[in-house]
Order: sequence, then C-alpha cells, then structure tokens
Amino acid sequence: MKLFKTVAFIGLFLISGFAGATALSSYTFEDKAEEQAFRELTAKIRCLVCQNQSLADSDAELASDLRREVYALWKEQKSEDEIVDFLVSRYGDFVLYDPPFKPSTYFLWFGPLFLLLIGAYVLSRALKSKTEDKEVELTEADQQRLKALLEDDNDNQETTK
Amino acid sequence: MSDPNPAEAPTETKTPGRTRYLIPLFVFLIMAGFLLKGLFMDPRHIPSVLINKPAPEFNLPTLYNPEKLISKAGMKGKVWLLNVWASWCGACRAEHQVLNEIARMGIVDIIGLDYKDEAADGKRWLAQLGNPYTEVLVDKSGRTGIDFGVYGVPESFLIDGEGVIRHKFTGPLYYPDIKEVLIPKLNEIKGEGK
Amino acid sequence: MIPEIGHFALVLAMCLAIAQAIFPLVGTLNNTPSWAGLARPLAWGQALFLTIAFGALTYSFLVDDFSVRYVASNSNTLLPTAYKVSAVWGAHEGSLLLWAFFLGIWGAAIALLSKKLTQEVVARVLSVMGMINIGFVSFMLFTSNPFERLFRAPAEGRDLNPLLQDIGLALHPPTLYLGYVGFSVAFGFAIAALIGGRLDASWARWSRPWTTAAWVWLTLGITIGSWWAYYELGWGGWWFWDPVENASFMPWIAGTALMHSLAVTEKRGAFRSWTLMLAILAFSLCLLGTFLVRSGVLTSVHAFASDPARGMFILVFLLVVIGGSLALYAWRAPTIFSGGRFDLVSRESFLLGNNLLLTVFCFLVLFGTLAPLIYDALDWGKISVGFPWFNKMFLMLTPFLALLIGFAPLMRWKRTDPAKLMKSLRTAMIISTVIGLIAFIPAISKGSLLVPLGMFLMAWIITSHITGIRHRLQHKKGVHNLFVDLAGKGRSYYGMVLAHMGIAMFILGATMVSHHGIEKDLRMSPGETADISSYTFRFDGVTRTPGPNYMANQGKFTIFLDDKQVAVLEPQKRTYMAQGGRPMTEAAIDWGLTRDLYVSLGESLGGGDWSMRLYYKPYVRWIWLGGLAMALGGILCISDRRYRTAKRKNKQPAQTDASNTLATENS
Repeated sequence: MKLFKTVAFIGLFLISGFAGATALSSYTFEDKAEEQAFRELTAKIRCLVCQNQSLADSDAELASDLRREVYALWKEQKSEDEIVDFLVSRYGDFVLYDPPFKPSTYFLWFGPLFLLLIGAYVLSRALKSKTEDKEVELTEADQQRLKALLEDDNDNQETTK
Repeated sequence: MSDPNPAEAPTETKTPGRTRYLIPLFVFLIMAGFLLKGLFMDPRHIPSVLINKPAPEFNLPTLYNPEKLISKAGMKGKVWLLNVWASWCGACRAEHQVLNEIARMGIVDIIGLDYKDEAADGKRWLAQLGNPYTEVLVDKSGRTGIDFGVYGVPESFLIDGEGVIRHKFTGPLYYPDIKEVLIPKLNEIKGEGK
Repeated sequence: MIPEIGHFALVLAMCLAIAQAIFPLVGTLNNTPSWAGLARPLAWGQALFLTIAFGALTYSFLVDDFSVRYVASNSNTLLPTAYKVSAVWGAHEGSLLLWAFFLGIWGAAIALLSKKLTQEVVARVLSVMGMINIGFVSFMLFTSNPFERLFRAPAEGRDLNPLLQDIGLALHPPTLYLGYVGFSVAFGFAIAALIGGRLDASWARWSRPWTTAAWVWLTLGITIGSWWAYYELGWGGWWFWDPVENASFMPWIAGTALMHSLAVTEKRGAFRSWTLMLAILAFSLCLLGTFLVRSGVLTSVHAFASDPARGMFILVFLLVVIGGSLALYAWRAPTIFSGGRFDLVSRESFLLGNNLLLTVFCFLVLFGTLAPLIYDALDWGKISVGFPWFNKMFLMLTPFLALLIGFAPLMRWKRTDPAKLMKSLRTAMIISTVIGLIAFIPAISKGSLLVPLGMFLMAWIITSHITGIRHRLQHKKGVHNLFVDLAGKGRSYYGMVLAHMGIAMFILGATMVSHHGIEKDLRMSPGETADISSYTFRFDGVTRTPGPNYMANQGKFTIFLDDKQVAVLEPQKRTYMAQGGRPMTEAAIDWGLTRDLYVSLGESLGGGDWSMRLYYKPYVRWIWLGGLAMALGGILCISDRRYRTAKRKNKQPAQTDASNTLATENS
C-alpha cells in the first residue's frame, strides 16, 4: 500500500511536470527591488509537490498555481506576514523553509542555543582543568633523573634528526 | 601509558564521573529511536491543518450544468465526502471503483471536485468509469483546491453537517478505508448529532 | 557467467570479511600471533575478491548485459561509454559495491603501508574494517544484490538518469566514498586503541596521514558535488542544506575537528578522549549518511530509491557499529589518561576552542537535518527546516572559527605570550580591519553587514598567514628559504597555510556570490536583449540539436560587455529518448575568476518566445577553488617528510612511551 502511494505521488509529480508551467517570467513588477522582494519571498516557501524546491524554483503545476495566488495577494499590497499566513493556514508550517518562531517550534530554535551553552560549558571546564598551573616541585632525585634523561635524549636527537 | 609525574597521578585518574562517557551512547540511542520511528513514517506526507476546522467557503459551478452553483452554505445539514479528482490523474482511476462501492453502499453523499480539468474530459471519464457523485463541482483554476490545502490528486475530505472537516484522505481511497476509517468516522459524527 | 562470478566473489569476500573480523582480533586478545598474522593476507584476499566483483559489474555495463537487472535499470546501448562506467555507481546497489570495493582497497593499503606498526595494532584495525565490510557485503547479498538477473532480458535498458550523465557524477561518488571509507581507518584505529587501552603518540602519528587522506578525498567529493549541483541543476545554487548534502558535510566537519585534534594528541599527548570520540563520530556520521540516503526517512532530491526494509537493515548495522563503539568508548575511555598542561593562550587552547566550535556546528547541522523527523515522530506537526535556518546557524558560528584560524600560524604549543602574539599580528589586524571598513561602502556591502564581515575575515586569514610565513622564515633556525622549507621539514606548515587560505577563498566566493549575485527570470523573443550588471544578454533563438541519446532544444545567447562580445552561450533543454520525455535542463555557463555568466532555458511560450533564467554570479568559482586549495593543503601535509623518515626510524628498536611524551617542539 505504501509503495503504491509512493508511486502515485511520483506519478503525480511527473504528470504535473509535463503540463506547461508558468515561470516567474510572466509576472510584472514596479521595479527591480519589488521583483527581488517577491523572489525572496517565494524562495522561502517550500513547493509541496517537488518538496526539495522552493516555490520560486519549482516547475510543478501546484507551484505555479500558488505563485499565482501569492502574486495576486502581493499586488493587493498584502504584507509578507499576511501572505505567509494564507499559505500556512491551508498547508501548515511545512510550507515554510524557515520555521516560524512560535511555541511549537521553540525546540527548534532553542535547541541550538542549548547546544551552544553545553559547548561553552565544556570549553570552560576543560580550559579550567588544563590551565591550572600545578607544576609540582620535583625532588632532588627526580631532578637528577630528569637531567640524565634529557641529556640522553639530546644524544638521540642528534643521531636521528 | 605515560605518567610524567607520580604526584599528579591520583588527581588525574579520579575522573569526575565516569557517567559522562556514557552520554554519547545515550544520545545515539535516542537518535536511533527516532530513526526507527522514521522508517515507518512518510516524510512526504503533509497532514491537513484543517481537521476539525470549518471547511473553506466555495461557490462553484457543476460539471453537467454550469449554470448551477453550489456553495458551502448549500451543503449545510448534510454529511458529505468531497472527492478531489481529475481525468488526467492515474491514481484516480484506481480509486474510482472504491468510490463506486461507497455510492452503492449509500452511506454518505459523495461530491466530486473536478480539479484543473477540461469539462469534456471529465464528462468522458465519468461516462467511462461510472459516476458515484451526487454532484460534480468544477474547480478549473485550482483555487478551491488550494483553499482546501490540496497538494496532490486524489484527495478526499469528510465534512459534517456543520461544515467542519472531520477527516482528510491523502491519496486514493482503498477498500479497507471504508470499513476502517470512513464508517467509524460517520458513526462518530452521527453520534454527535451533526 | 560474469555476473555470477561477480556474485560469487562477493560471497567469498563475505567469508573472508567474517574471518578478518574474528581471527586477528581474537588473536590479539588471547595472544595467538598466528591468528593475528592472518590480518594482512585476509585484507589482500578481500581486496582481490571485491575488485573482481566490481570488475564484473563494470564489465556487464560495458557489454550492455541487460540480463542483469541493475544494468537494465541504469544503462542503455546509446549511453556514452564513459557514463556506462559511471553508471556502475549511479544507483543504490552499485554504489554499495563501490563502498565495499573501496573498503577492500583501503584495507589493502593498510596491509601494504603498515610496516612500522605493531602486528597487534594492524590486526585490530583490519579486524574492525573487516566488521564494517561484513555489514556492506551482507547488505548487498541479502537486500541489494547488484548481480540480480532478469529472466527475460530486455533488449534495451532504461538508461541512466540524465542528471547523472555528467563528469561531475562520474567523480563525485568515488571521491566522496574514498573519504567515507578512509574515515573507517581512523575509526579502526580508535577502536584498536580502546580495546588495547593504550593511546600513545605513535598511535596519533600513524593515524594522522590516513585521516588527512580521508579528509582530502571527502573535501574533494563535497567540492565536486557542490560544483556539479551548480551547473547541472540549473538553479544556480551551490549548496541547499539538503539532507543528503548535510549527510556528507557532517563527517567533513567532524573530520576537520579530528585532524586538528590528532595534531594535539601527536604533539602534546593531550585531547586523547576527544580524538577518540571524534574518530568514532566522524565515521559514525558517514554511516548515518548512508542510512539517511537509502532509508527514505527524509525527503531529499538526491536520495536513492528508498525502501524501509533496507533502512531497517542499515539501522541495525548502525546500532551494532556505532552503539558498540560508543559502548566501548564509555567503558574504556575513562582509563585513558590525557596529559599535558597548557596556558589559556596557547595552541592547545585555541585548538580546543576550534574542536568545540566544529563539534557544536556538526551537532547543529545534525539537529536541523533530523528536526522534521523528530517533530513528526513526536506528533508535533510537520515542519520544514531549510536554507534560512541552516544559514543562520552557519553564520552564527563560522565567523568565530575564521577568527581562530588567523591565530593558527603564530600560536605556540603550551604557552604563547599574548602580548607578543598581538604585536606580531598587529599589522595583519590593521590591514584586515581597513579592508573590512572599506567593504562597508554600499556598492560593496549592498546593505548587508555580512559583506564587511566576510571581507574582514578573509583578509584576516590571508594576512595572518603571510605574517606567519614571514615569521617562520626569519625566526626559525635553519630555515631561510621558502622553497627549501617546503621541500624539507616545513611542508606540513605550508599545507596548513594553503588549507586555511582555501577557507579564505571560500569566504570570498560565498560572500560575494550571495550578496552580489543577480538573477533574472525573463520571457524573451529572439533578438531581444536584457541587461544584468554591466552585461547585455541577447537572445538569438532556439534550434533543435540531436545528441547521442537525446534530442535537445538549444538556445543561443550572445553576451556583450560594453558593446564588446564576451561570450556565446548555448543552454539546452534535453529530452532523453529512453526516459520518456521529461525535459532536462542543461545550463550554459561562461565562467571566469571574477564572475560566471549563467543561462538556463525554461519553457517555450509560443511564437519563438521562451522563458529563461539569466544569472550573474560574481566570484562563485572561488568557492570551489577554496575547496581545492584545502585538499591540496591536506596533500602537502601528508607528504611531509616526517611520515617518510619514519621508515628509517623503524630500523631502531621500537620507541618507548617515555621518549614519545618528551616531545620536542616541532614546527
């Protein structure tokens, strides 16, 4: 059953790819800045059919339909939030590439913060333990041993380098 | 193992909590749990956000009589299944038999929504495969589909007498769905008196 | 016949892998040298059989043997020969065979180049690699057999996915997989160390070149992948934070941290548990990536055909390998004593900071990649975590990393005098700040703070490293000439410089292309022109052009810079015969060091008009040049004399641990 569903969706996807898609090129804008802004908005929205493309890039028919809707709202001077709300109220948060900051996504935004804090904590503890200067005094005997070892090692250095 | 200074050794080897070395394993096992659950889920599936919310407003012409308009208000009081389909949709073909069966059982009215389709193609298709629909609405532009959160075809929505969407079937309906999902949901709605 | 030989070779490889996993390891544990000595021959045997298997599949492709299901699904008589070869690894089963093949090769490499290691270590490392090989070969034999036959052989194959018929694809998976498999060597070393309970400087010294080599391959693989996506997918993007891209990026991040951590372990004996952890982490992420790509758990444009049954197999494999190694770590790591004190301002502390930043970043990427899955699993709804989120995280952390990099050339081990350090870097600081400030000019910054930041960091890395080189040539005894230094002992220093310069190059490319790139979606009629930046693009219409296994609509664009013709671009919209008509875009690029001009053909709109996309991409090549520089830097490091002179040292009795920890200060 699951396989069939997958095949069905892939089939849908292929079929919708065939149908002539309206590229972004058909829309008119006041100026470059507006065009850029529209593009940026549609780049943040996820295409629901080709789920790995943004609304700006996707050739799927649903994508061009949604672009048309977004463009209509855009021309009505609706704010970006209102347009986003239009889409989210129909398709859910999934449609946004940038997850919104609301209680259900706190985990997503605070998770990294939490990780950073852990990292900072580990760093401070590691530095603290490693940088404490605990040079222990060597005894006489140890100092002699150390001297002997160093001399011995120096001889080794000369022959091997 | 080197031990540069015997005096330091005791403080070094007394590592504060061997347990912290278990943390990576612990984190991994949690992650593996999620991955396991993930194997049984479908990442492409988008659940409807309109469940238990009022269905969107619509006012659409019918397929066989373009002059006749049907709106959401007109459906009030009835429990019905909105089936989004199209003649260009392969999976709809397979689903159609299931719809015919539901119509035969007479448990719920099915209203079709011919999505982004040519009227002639739609009529021909129904003539070929049978018409389980009480009415067939035409959504040429796809705007009503968008309002319903349709992102693929076929999809079906179970709507109660107050116009609230109670369930969404994403993808085609299968025979088991009738007994396992549709009928229980219908009973639930009936029990509430809606 | 040949496919059966290949299949049989796989079975034999499996048997050998089982033997290799068990005998050498057990031999080291209960002191049976004859068993431990089996490691090398078994590794050679595995390499042999896996080569035969791989050769058999390649042969099947070259002779168009469509009775083999995998060949029929991925090849075609009209497919150009080069792509018949690359089709071998173009889909799931074949790419697994590539993995296994490389495991065999790396195992043989270890068997060949490990004369200076004790038999105990070699036996354990090869055992671990044998265990991994069991996983991959059994995965193939039980769920994904590349040699499966079709009993009614079709006359023609389905052809290779057109997106993959490209030089980038030919190179991307092999380089990437060489990297992934290479990290299994570091992993093997870590496991060997944990089992043995010993971790000395010679372990680090031995592990380092192998780890760096793996890292070099992975860097190349990711760079090629990014470059390929850029020109092949037609959207002009070079990184999408797609789950599969992240799957390759995470091991790279961990691998980078590992490389640096190994340096500390080798030189100073410190960071031992860190290094072990990172070695396990890096390889675990490689395996996790394999899972993510093939299990269908995440949506991705790159994913292989997904199958939950296969996913289950890999998951079990992950549990055994990663779970097992982490359990071993939890058990043994506390007994591994990590020495070395160092100052707050020292190479160690900065590398510790580096380690931590990279590790946190790695986990952030992992978190973002798995978040949709976690949300869905917990019934918190469906969310998407895409480019904007990852970008924010990336930009939050990487400036700090870039800042630390600048200190690298001049930091000393154990203790660096902060005052002296700042004095040496003063000029670099000033120049970088000036450049950063200049970049605030609106024409350059385009209103974003990120451009001055990027320019500052790029300049900082470059100037600080030049300062470092000058310092070295002036102050280090016996080093007066850069070339002598390069040929002699200083090679790894210049490797570091080159690799870090690669990062600066990357910053340049990424910053400039992100903020100065221009994209235009247009509808044009033949003869019409469009202006982008100071370039004029003239559309000269579309003609039909045939290819070896496709038919194309080819557009022609002539590009002018101030009335002088600069380029002619011919993007195509191809329809591959065997694939049943879905058109593929083949973008046309006029590339240059300071800018790329990119054209991608859209749809025919009737009347000779077409929709298209025109891009102006300044400095985009520097992104991949940076990657290449990093890889080259790594190669320089590997070729350092100390790894080669170690051969001579072997003539003397094995170094004791004491003399290793009295480390003299190297470069």
